[in-house]
Amino acid sequence: MAHFEKANSVYEWLDQRLAVTKLTKVLMTEYWIPKNINFLWAMGVVLMTMFTILLISGIFLLMYYKPDTKLAFDSVNYTIMQEVWFGWLWRHMHGVAASVVFLVIYIHMFTGIYYGSYKKGREMIWISGMLLFVTFSAEAFSGYMLPWGQMSYWAAQVITNLFGGIPFIGDELVIWIRGNFYVADATLTRFFMLHVLLLPLVIMGIIGLHFYSLRIPHVNNQEGEEIDFDAEAEKYKAGRKAESKVIPFWPVFLSKDLFVLGVFMVFYFYLVFYHYNFAMDPINFDPANPMKTPPHIYPEWYFLWSYEVLRGFFFDVGPLSAMDIGLIAFGIANVIFFLMPWLDRSPVVAPAHKRGAFKIWFWILVVDMIVLTIWGKLPPTGANAWIGFFASITFLTLLLVALPLITKKEAQRAGGAA
Amino acid sequence: MADQKRRDFLGMVFGGFAAAGGVAALYAMKRTWDPLPSVMAAGFTTVDLSPMKPGEFRTVTWRGKPIFILKKDSTQLKKCNDADVKVGEGDYLVRIGLCTHLGCIPAWEADKQVFKCACHGGEFDACGTNTFGPPPRPLDIPPFKIEGTKLVLGEEGPEYKKLVGKA
Repeated sequence: MAHFEKANSVYEWLDQRLAVTKLTKVLMTEYWIPKNINFLWAMGVVLMTMFTILLISGIFLLMYYKPDTKLAFDSVNYTIMQEVWFGWLWRHMHGVAASVVFLVIYIHMFTGIYYGSYKKGREMIWISGMLLFVTFSAEAFSGYMLPWGQMSYWAAQVITNLFGGIPFIGDELVIWIRGNFYVADATLTRFFMLHVLLLPLVIMGIIGLHFYSLRIPHVNNQEGEEIDFDAEAEKYKAGRKAESKVIPFWPVFLSKDLFVLGVFMVFYFYLVFYHYNFAMDPINFDPANPMKTPPHIYPEWYFLWSYEVLRGFFFDVGPLSAMDIGLIAFGIANVIFFLMPWLDRSPVVAPAHKRGAFKIWFWILVVDMIVLTIWGKLPPTGANAWIGFFASITFLTLLLVALPLITKKEAQRAGGAA
Repeated sequence: MADQKRRDFLGMVFGGFAAAGGVAALYAMKRTWDPLPSVMAAGFTTVDLSPMKPGEFRTVTWRGKPIFILKKDSTQLKKCNDADVKVGEGDYLVRIGLCTHLGCIPAWEADKQVFKCACHGGEFDACGTNTFGPPPRPLDIPPFKIEGTKLVLGEEGPEYKKLVGKA
């Protein structure tokens, strides 16, 4: 065992046992951040804050929520909303945070794509981030079910039904996932478990991995410049702060993050207090009814783009039925972003506005996803069906065909110039 | 060398037991998510079809799912010889009332004689056949048995087997 001397302060006592000084250096005061980054890099801290809000508001909701198909609806809409002091506040904070967290995730993701932050050396940052996106999606879906309204019920019905598309075992798998022949009490209680225990644990684990994955390749910057972090850190520590390209995370960089966070929190609480309804679908204020489907069902806004890809294909092609094509396209849409580091074959790390064709590709992708999102909410009939079809085709073509081609050419040019 | 072999053996024995325990635990986890015996037992519904009038449409519940029953009349609703269920003198369409696309409940539009699903625009005709939209196959036939004028849902009778081509 190490040698311990009498400590002269609580700090010293802790420092001997937990290496507090060293830990603070590694995590905070000597964790180096490039100077050359803009407000878009603050989204990580915004997401961390949103997750904390979700966790805390969730704990308070959990104390009155009842995971039983007979009691769930009233425990939310009567007990929590009417009886519990500030129950409405926790619910609206939870509901709004669950919605805006996806807005921030999408900004975070597209920032990464715009600046090429998923490229060589930073693949693990990207992959762990995408894993977080997928687990957040599962978390959001399982939570959406819990108030047991009509939209909750039919969202569960449709999403669990998707597994029926898996060859051979599909039908049995759907019954197994639901624990009944239809979406019933067993389904609610197991999704409750997933929402409040298993998925949050997994998310916390992956958040740890996501942060750790930043330690070695370090965070990217606005120019995609390769920085020698050790050399720059030495300059900073030697007092040549103006000359150094890096700054410590704490307290220097975080002050900028906190400013962005402050602006965001004004927006967030404005929504919580004045516009909470945007995260509360009116149909979900009808109690779940397995014998009656609402005339038009759709997911929350953040899933609309992939939902539209799922239903965008409405006619059979040869032996493939429209439904199978939709399911396959949906499957691809949900995993394709994981492959960004390999679909983009150019080694050039630079912002999109300095990458010619990639810039055009990027903005078409953004517009296409907005189109998919808007048409995902419209009824899929007549011209809407065709717009959905073409937008889905465009989405798949952009990622599977256009991106590898564009970036291969770019790689050749870069290789030729060097 | 001999020692090394003994260590390898111990390692393999340990690994084997751990793997067997792991499989057993996975099986227990799988079974925990299976439908409970009470759920499995509640899988039968009996419907008396004799009071139904020609052209009448009704929905009953079986295993929490809606079951569409449509009594055909010779004048308006076409009979579908290979898709209808004959009980006594009447012809009936008996189907699980969930769209085969993603499981919404289609509505019976009597004037147009179609089942129309609002979710993704799927349509089925009075034979239960998918005629438009994303549904990949006709409406599913629930397992049934005929007892006089009664329809017992949940058991595979000879008429069911004939209808789905199993007999």
